[in-house]
Amino acid sequence: MAQHQVNYLKDGGLPVALTTIDKVVNWGRSNSIWALTYGLACCGIEMMASGASRYDFDRFGTIFRASPRQAELMVVAGTLTKKHAEFIRRLYDQMTEPKWVISMGSCANTGGMFNTYSTVQGVDRVIPVDLYLPGCAPRPETLQYAVMMLQQKIRKEPASRAQKPKRLM
Amino acid sequence: MRAYTPKDDVQKKSYYTDRFWVAPQVPKYDVSQDAVFAADLEAIKAKFDVLDAYIQVNQMVVVIHANDNYAVLELLKNEREYPQLSEMSAIDWLASEGKFEIFYQMLSMAKRKRLRIKCKIDEKEAIQSVEKLFRSADWSEREMYDMFGVVVNNHPFMKRILMPEDWEGFPLRKTYPLQGDEFAAWYEVDRIFGKEAREIIGPENRDPARVDRYDTQRFSRLGHEVPFGTDISQGEPDTPLVYQEQKGVFMIEKFDAEKSVVISDRHR
Ligand code: SF4
Repeated sequence: MAQHQVNYLKDGGLPVALTTIDKVVNWGRSNSIWALTYGLACCGIEMMASGASRYDFDRFGTIFRASPRQAELMVVAGTLTKKHAEFIRRLYDQMTEPKWVISMGSCANTGGMFNTYSTVQGVDRVIPVDLYLPGCAPRPETLQYAVMMLQQKIRKEPASRAQKPKRLM
Repeated sequence: MRAYTPKDDVQKKSYYTDRFWVAPQVPKYDVSQDAVFAADLEAIKAKFDVLDAYIQVNQMVVVIHANDNYAVLELLKNEREYPQLSEMSAIDWLASEGKFEIFYQMLSMAKRKRLRIKCKIDEKEAIQSVEKLFRSADWSEREMYDMFGVVVNNHPFMKRILMPEDWEGFPLRKTYPLQGDEFAAWYEVDRIFGKEAREIIGPENRDPARVDRYDTQRFSRLGHEVPFGTDISQGEPDTPLVYQEQKGVFMIEKFDAEKSVVISDRHR
């Protein structure tokens, strides 16, 4: 009877990977960022294009969800009006921790060209923002880059829930 | 809190300072030039006071008394073949005349003509709704109320249509500042967090082009990223764009621009 002996430790064949909890959890989190569909204006079109087949966000594990309860990323894509500010805050509060926000486009960053009475001058007046994405409108590649930067950010954070929830106030 | 500055004289400020500039005028013609319009005007004149009537850009403009508005539009719709109200709104002449001008833009597909009925009301005066005649007036009148504060009598649902219901002020009045008054500036903060939060959140930044080159808390230069809040007034390091941190993902090699090869022979 032939004797097959595999020296797992020597040949690098050990079917076990060693890592830390932080890394595993963050690996999972960063590669399954489900984003809330939050197109508010023209930037929303670019966001949709990023999700569609040509740019294909699914590759990054970013799948758009229509419910804040299933989402952990809010891509604020477009002009936030003062009338709507209340609702963006409500939807943000409904998302479960951990959650992240990308402010997409000049309008969401600073109010952009709408320097008027009815536009919120930067969505960060209402909800805390992790990543600001410049452009009017940013191309889908830019949004992809933003998501990749966000993934890096997530991987750098500790995974433990001891991290305190982000609050604007 | 931001200091309050009176905004009542916004309209008095001259935006155009060329003293030889004359506002271009669209020429007005007599109504008798157009037989169709002349007949319409006769029909209106037979029953109502007409203050002024002329043809401008191939459209007849008829100025009437404000309390005749429903009856005149009814006449035009039912007897003069103007079955569409394509637009209506108000114009703010409060600074020069103390009045609002209300206009009704009528369209007749049968006659291939457009006609405008105008009337003037005082600031506090209300106007009769024409919603019973034209369904399109429903939202137009609400918008007129929302934007100018012109109250419309007998409207079925006299509420703001564009601005939030608890909004103060009428944005299309000339006295309303473009960037909003005190109420508008703090609207979202007051509404979501309450007035106490004003101090914490701070006033709006109304200069979106303002970029502080050395502010690493709010800005980061692509390719020159540094940790949050680092002082970069002495210059910052180049950070090559990385798509994988640390050693990268299992089986996928880190892209290294140094090691890459440019293939010149396509059929290699
Ligand atoms: S930033 Fe430009 S493209 Fe994006 S919502 Fe504003 S105006 Fe539209």
